Amino acid sequence: MTDEQKRKIIAHRIAQELSHGDVVNLGIGLPTLVASFIPPGVDVVFQSENGFVGLGPDPAPGKEDPDLVNAGGKPVTILPGGAFFDSALSFAIIRGGHVDVTVLGALEVDAWGNLASWMIPGKMVPGMGGAMDLVVGAKKVIVATSHTTKDGQPKLLEKCRLPLTAVHEVDLVVTELGVFRPGGGTMILLERHPAFSVEQIRELTGAPLEPAPELKDMPLPAAV
Amino acid sequence: MPAILSIPEAVAQIKDGSTVMIGGFMTCGAPTGLIAELARRHVRDLTLITNDTGVQGDGVGMLISADAVTRVIASHIGTNPETGRRMIDGRIHVELVPQGTLAERIRCAGAGLGGVLTPTGVGTIVAQGKQELVVDGRTYLLETPLRADVALIKAWKGDRKGNLVYRRSARNFNPLMAMAADLVIAEVEEIVEVGVLDPDQVMTPGIFVDVMVRSVSRHD
Repeated sequence: MTDEQKRKIIAHRIAQELSHGDVVNLGIGLPTLVASFIPPGVDVVFQSENGFVGLGPDPAPGKEDPDLVNAGGKPVTILPGGAFFDSALSFAIIRGGHVDVTVLGALEVDAWGNLASWMIPGKMVPGMGGAMDLVVGAKKVIVATSHTTKDGQPKLLEKCRLPLTAVHEVDLVVTELGVFRPGGGTMILLERHPAFSVEQIRELTGAPLEPAPELKDMPLPAAV
Repeated sequence: MPAILSIPEAVAQIKDGSTVMIGGFMTCGAPTGLIAELARRHVRDLTLITNDTGVQGDGVGMLISADAVTRVIASHIGTNPETGRRMIDGRIHVELVPQGTLAERIRCAGAGLGGVLTPTGVGTIVAQGKQELVVDGRTYLLETPLRADVALIKAWKGDRKGNLVYRRSARNFNPLMAMAADLVIAEVEEIVEVGVLDPDQVMTPGIFVDVMVRSVSRHD
């Protein structure tokens, strides 16, 4: 599987988790791709933590506005019916439980619902930005991540080793191999990529893995 | 009424060792005219309170590259690798604060509150050394106010009474910082006469603003 195929599988599957009317915050990178796969008829409101709701598609070339950027600093648009606010209100929305779903990436995620996503001591310390507030505050936390690192090491662990973003907050983990629910020390496999067996997925997972009794095939995007 | 000064006149009031809040999210809504002048003046030993440190050589990044900063309180420094290098060399001390906590700590200072209780960071290294309180069964961290000597903010329009209007997502931390510093300097794209701004539109009341300067950038 190419990285691009993995990203599409993950983003497509997460898009199925969104319900009509949800307020949704998508992290930078892979989570942003979820917006491209939202099923027809499902209308969600995207929140951008730098200060607005109603985040729209990328601007046409030449139509970029330096005063209108997403949380990654990239030029974006706002849809009719959107609203701007300051950072305190933005995070009141986030911490106050007014965001239905947040989707963000991971360095590590574990079978206790812990997430590590913001630093590797001595190596990479970009900072947490808005991630700690999002993970604590959103009603549903979905982690979007490749199943393993570039070196093939598992990212789904029994216990995170890196400094945490938040404790016991992750509801769902979606990788290119399946959909997982942290279950008190065990990763419950809810859905699997139809080309991979439970055994193959277990070998690539750093936590005890238990298939759910109602284990299903993971729906894949048409073009992969 | 705020004084309307040139950018060099306004920035001349900022001394070595000051704590300076700077609005903006990367370069969006950052007072880049004031930042550039401050970087030129060889001010030293500043403590910055800001969401991020901009990008290398732009926004707040101009101050990092100019050796003006020894301490940073921010939510994210990843967009400016220069800050990370200086942190590893020990030339800049960085305190990383979750973005929502940063906003509330600044708001607290401006609102006369002794702190805020937030669930963000409980069980992480952010909680180290902080008081925890349990309210109705949920654990919170006590986060204390962040105040500054000077706030540098950016607005779209301002009238001669200092009433400010921000544009699009350039609002971000600017209205919060306008409340939380001894000296508030607003870089404004368009300065208008009193009465032009409808009081319903005003986002920062002019009573918070001490100095206004005209911005070099402008949107019509």
